[in-house]
Amino acid sequence: MIAAIALAVGVVLGVILHPTVPVGLQPYLPIAVVAALDAVFGAIRAILDGIFDDKVFVVSFIANVLVAALIVFLGDQLGVGSQLSTAVVVVLGIRIFSNAAAIRRHLFRA
Amino acid sequence: MTDEQQPRKSGLRLLLDAGRPRATRAQVIGGLLCGLLGFALVTQVHSATGLGFTTARQSDLVDILDSLSARSDQLRAQIAAEQASLAKLTGGTDQTEAALEEAQQRVATLQILAGTAAATGPGIDLQITDPQHQVAADDLLEALEELRDAGAEAIQITGSAAAATTGTTTGAGTSASAGPASGGAAPTAAPGASGHVVRLVANSYFVDAPDRSGIVVDGVLLAPPYDIVAIGDPHTMSTAMGIPGGVLDTLTAKGARGTVITHDAVQVTALHQVTAPQYARPAPAASSAG
Repeated sequence: MIAAIALAVGVVLGVILHPTVPVGLQPYLPIAVVAALDAVFGAIRAILDGIFDDKVFVVSFIANVLVAALIVFLGDQLGVGSQLSTAVVVVLGIRIFSNAAAIRRHLFRA
Repeated sequence: MTDEQQPRKSGLRLLLDAGRPRATRAQVIGGLLCGLLGFALVTQVHSATGLGFTTARQSDLVDILDSLSARSDQLRAQIAAEQASLAKLTGGTDQTEAALEEAQQRVATLQILAGTAAATGPGIDLQITDPQHQVAADDLLEALEELRDAGAEAIQITGSAAAATTGTTTGAGTSASAGPASGGAAPTAAPGASGHVVRLVANSYFVDAPDRSGIVVDGVLLAPPYDIVAIGDPHTMSTAMGIPGGVLDTLTAKGARGTVITHDAVQVTALHQVTAPQYARPAPAASSAG
């Protein structure tokens, strides 16, 4: 419940404050968001599986974001930034889909 | 059975249980992270929908720039080609118009030369009174030659209608249709006002009428007095008429009288009917000359 409320508060804050993304963060923010989404879906699935652990969630969230950003940073340094970020998005998207499928099975038994 | 049923029943319940507020540190941190996620999500959506190129990578920007410059080169080449064809087309139109104008000027010139168009300009009026009918075709021909020599460009001759003796020439029909004119017309008869008017062109001819009642010009019987109107340099033509032993002297010697009046503007209104040549054809080489 706290998490849902905090999510809503974050969205509202973003709409109200309307911040501009710093130039240095611009390539990483979309990837970080996708990675965080993956962590959140994973957490929901873990809750439904009954194996949710707060500590694991926090660590996996931060680690996901950092690793995704690191991969993109590495790609930029190697000159394949756009390809690597595409790859990260694809992988994370697949994970999000599989997590969403598991959640769906739990909630709707289908 | 119970192991299987428990997770099934508690699908939503599990979520609600997990969502129940507990003031543990992990719960708070998780909430903070979720809030951060929402914030970042909205921020990213904003920046992605805002300026398109600010988030693009350098290599992407270079690619975009390359394709744009290639496209712009292509368009510039197209513009140059279109402008060239436009210039060609407008130039062609100009040339056509110039050619048309020149052709029309030539038509006007040739019409005046051929006598198919009326003409106006400075010139002289040579009036010849011949009460004793002594003026012959040769005299009028000499006058015409002198006028041409002096640069006359359009000439017409007016004469009274012959009194009664028409019908000896091919011009009988026209002289009859014109009706009898006043026999002794004034010497200053206006051209075309009375009698017959004939435009003198390259193939005009003068023949004495058989009964010496007048002179046949191009098939039209003209009786004195005659009135020759010529367009050209008035001074040159009047001088050419008055040289010693010239036209006026010849007329005086025959008992006739010629009067030259110069005008700033005279009208040559008589027209010559052009008939297509029966035998002569334009020669191939001559057709391009001119």
